[in-house]
Order: sequence, then C-alpha cells, then structure tokens
Amino acid sequence: MSHAVTETPGVTTETTADTKKKAVLSEGKRAERKLGWLLCAPAAITMIAVTGWPIVYSIWLSLQRYDLKFPDRVEFVGLDNYITVLSSPYWWNAVWVTVVLTVISVAIELVLGMGLALIMHRALVGRGIVRTTSLIPYGIVTVVAAFSWRFAWTPGTGYLSELAGGEPVLTEKLPALMVVTLAEVWKTTPFMALLLMAGLALVPDDLLKAAAMDGASAWQRFIKITVPIMKPAILVALLFRTLDAFRIFDNLFVLTAGSQGTSSVSMLTYNNLIKGLNLGIGSTMSVLIFLMVALIAFIFIKLFGTAAPGSDTGGRR
Amino acid sequence: MAGIGGAETTQKKVGWSLLNLVVVIYALFPVLWILSLSLKSSKTLADGNLIPREISFENYRNIFATTEFVRALANSIGIAIIATAIAVVFGTMAAYAIARLDFPGKNLLVGVSLLIAMFPQVSLVSPLFEIERGLGIFDTWPGLILPYITFALPLAIYTLSAFFREIPWELEKAAKMDGATPGQAFRKVIAPLAAPGVFTTAILVFIFCWNDFLFAISLTSTEQSRTVPAALSFFTGSSQFEDPAGSISAAAVVITIPIILFVLFFQRRIVAGLTSGAVKG
Repeated sequence: MSHAVTETPGVTTETTADTKKKAVLSEGKRAERKLGWLLCAPAAITMIAVTGWPIVYSIWLSLQRYDLKFPDRVEFVGLDNYITVLSSPYWWNAVWVTVVLTVISVAIELVLGMGLALIMHRALVGRGIVRTTSLIPYGIVTVVAAFSWRFAWTPGTGYLSELAGGEPVLTEKLPALMVVTLAEVWKTTPFMALLLMAGLALVPDDLLKAAAMDGASAWQRFIKITVPIMKPAILVALLFRTLDAFRIFDNLFVLTAGSQGTSSVSMLTYNNLIKGLNLGIGSTMSVLIFLMVALIAFIFIKLFGTAAPGSDTGGRR
Repeated sequence: MAGIGGAETTQKKVGWSLLNLVVVIYALFPVLWILSLSLKSSKTLADGNLIPREISFENYRNIFATTEFVRALANSIGIAIIATAIAVVFGTMAAYAIARLDFPGKNLLVGVSLLIAMFPQVSLVSPLFEIERGLGIFDTWPGLILPYITFALPLAIYTLSAFFREIPWELEKAAKMDGATPGQAFRKVIAPLAAPGVFTTAILVFIFCWNDFLFAISLTSTEQSRTVPAALSFFTGSSQFEDPAGSISAAAVVITIPIILFVLFFQRRIVAGLTSGAVKG
C-alpha cells in the first residue's frame, strides 16, 4: 500500500491540471485507480510481507555468527560466513550436484515432454485418457512419489532392485543421483508437456499441410515449422522448469537425505539450518541460492528477451 | 504428426493406442506400486512381489489408529483449505484489477508476483524459521498458511487474470450504464461469470498447498501442525510398526486420493488452468 500512497499525489496533480472535460473523466479514472489499489492491496501486502522482509532479514542474519546451539555467542562477523561457505568443499559439491541434476533432468524432460505433448495434441484415439493420466504425476505429492521410487529400489522390498542385482543403489552417489533424476523426470515431464502442448496449439495446421504437400518430411516439418513457432512456449517451459529443478529438495530428502555427497544446495541449507541449527551459515546459503536463481532468471530473460513470461503480461490491457 | 493429411486407418489407431498405453503405464506405475505395497501385510511386505499375493488392510488400520497420522491428515486438510480460500480471494481481487482496471503500480505487482513464482523457497526458510519463532507462530497453522498463500498467489493471479480476459466485459459496461458502481459490477455481474475460473484456480492452489514439503518440514517441529508429507518421514519402525514402509505406503495412498479425484473429475479444467496461465502469463 505504501507505494500506492506515494504515487497518488503526482497522479492527481497531473489529471487536475487537465481541461475541465478531462477532469470530469478523471473522477471515474480516480475511482478506478482507487479500486485497483484496494483490490491489489491484500495480495501485494501478503507477498511483500512474507518475502520482502525475510529476504532483508536473511541478509542481516548471514552477516552474523549465529548458532542456535550457542545463542549467547551471537556476533557480527561481516562476510566471514560467506568465506566459510564459499571455501567449503561440501558447498561446491552441492552446487555441482544441483547444476548437473538440473541440466540433465530438464534436458530429458524437454525431449520426453515434447513427445508427450505431440501425443496429447495429435492422438487420434484416447486423447482424454492420456491427458487425464498424465496429470497424475503432476498432481501427486512429490514425497509420495519419492517414497514409491525409494521402496521400488530397496533390496528385498522393491521390484526394481532386481535390475540392479539386489545392490542398494541409493547408497552410492552416482546410482542414487540417477534414481533422483528418474524421480524428477517422472514427476515433471507431464507439466512440461502441458506447457509445450499450449505452444503446439499455436502452430497452424494449414502450414503443416502445405509443407507436407511440398514434400517436407515429418521431421523437417517439426524442426522447420513447429519448433520455431513454439519457441516462446519452449523457452517459458525451460525457464520455469530450470528454476524449479534448481530448488530440488523433496525427492532428495526422501531418496538419499543428501548422504554420500548427493546434497543439493537446498538440501545442504536445510541440513545446516534445521539439523545443525546454524542460522548464520544457513542464511548465507539462502542468500547465495537466491543470487544464483536471480542469475539464471536474468540470463534467460537477457538471452530470450520478449519470450520471458510476464514481460508481455504487463503491457497487456 | 501421423495425423496430418492421412486417413484415419485402423493401423494408425492401433499405433496411437499403443502409444497411449505406454503413457498410461508410465504415469500410473509408481502409483500402483505404492498402492500394492500398502495392501501387503507385514509378513509379505518385503517379498518383492509387484502384486500382493493377498490383500490386507492392516496398514490402513494401523495408521488410522495412530494420532500421529490422523492429526497430520487433519492439519493437511485444514491448512490447505484455509490457505487456498485466502489465496483465491486475494488472487481474484488482484487478478480482476490487473485484467480490467487501469492504475499505476499494476506492472509492479505483476513483476513482484513473477519474482515470487521464481523465488527459491529454501531462501525463505532460514529467515522465516527465525521470524516465526520470534512471533510465536512457529509450528502453528498460521506459520504454514502464510508462506503457502504467498507462493500460491502468483499462480492464482496468473491463472485468474488469464481467465478474466476471456469474460465478455460488455456485460460489465451494461451494468455500469444501468447505474452500477465498479464494485457492484464486480460482485453482481462478473463474479458469477468468473466462478469456473476461480474454481479451477482453487484446485491448482489446493494441489500446490497439499504438495508442499519444504515449509512443512522446516517450519514445524511437533505433531501439532505437521502435515502428512512431513509426517511421513517421521514414520519410523517404532513399537507399533515393525517396518514403516507399509504405514508410509498406506498414508501415501490416502493423501493421493484427493489428487486422483481432482484429476478424474476436473481434467479439462486443470489442463486449461495450467496452460492458460503459463502461456499468457
């Protein structure tokens, strides 16, 4: 609300300075503005109160030595926590694991999601069934799916552990990360497919038919026509999924709990904060993750400009 | 791609049916597996069979006999419903303003909600943990409801403003001509028209709140406000259960039921909601 209040005087002086006829009009305009602010206020206040202040506060916390196990030894230490975190091999391992998991799972999701989108878009029969069932991975509680995968790979209990020769796959770094990737891909491919399907709907059928007449193969039609037209939808899907995958936590928590060096940055932050009760270090990691996510979003938006979600929303109506 | 210009031959139909089958198996397999596990008795739990030899409801009886699960289920339902209701009301108001009204600061609001949609939630965990302890709402319902509303709002605002753009607004103008104020036009004309979109948004927001794990496990410490996803990981092989896998599976199936129901009954709405919000916003 505060920004709304500060903006009001400038706006009103501008409108009252106008001609008489416009001043009459501006009364309705002013009412509209007021209603607009009034309607947005609850949402805006909640969002800013629950994210804005905590972010500032976490920057402050990250500059303190603040270990809840030693509450009397709280002290301002400047950038010491950042030095501690940035020189920790655990942190860099977690960054590496997060980046690799993100890149690989998003890449697989893009390919599978495109396939699923084409099926959902073009299927001659059973389109409803495919759409309905593929919503299940999207809707299901991530933790539930993660437990399903965990039990499937548990030697003795699970049907998949036979594939691994009865080895406990979740106790070794690389196999464990592969299972985590599988769980991520299973869960989020349908969401990717839905976003891509919305893009597919924008591709005019006539164009594809004309290209087919001219002798373009299915693959050529896909690469030369479908993909370029869908590009904005693909980029939005990639941006959303990349940022989402970067936050990976639920699957890792259930499948490995971050053991054997499989921690993601979120997992490591959680372990330092809730398990280790080290607010200073936990907040430092929070700030660093925030900066990394901001960087990813910035790169996407800079690289793809107009394709960024929201950039066109603002201008619309 | 096979559909282009071709006749709908039986061969193609068979091909599509096979593809559909692959998708259906892909989507359902992990769900059916956990259902199968939940129906095994404690004796056959570790036999590794895909399909239980005999069906037993032992696990379900066990979890409903513990306050740990029943309390968590009540928390999950209560918190998700309250957070959804508030987020949808706030979101509807804001989305109406964004879709229909002209006011300075509109782009700022859209920008802020976009930022929050991209926000790494774990970054909020540390400060919220400390702030909520200070305010005394750590490990309470409001302590979870607040972050849920916050992260559901961008979703609600995007989905709803996409829906609101489809509404025939001439009706609103007509109402205003007949002397209705903008507020009345909103309540009496637009709100009923917008109800389907609001309903769809409510489903999406509910699924989001129902799903959350990070906040649920970080901002709670006791049964008092722990939701089911968080409580699941505390099902250890304590005295009541020899192997927690059976209880976890049964609890997992219970919290999957509402999702399956939503998907079965509102498939079209969910798809429309997800795609409209995502492409236009």
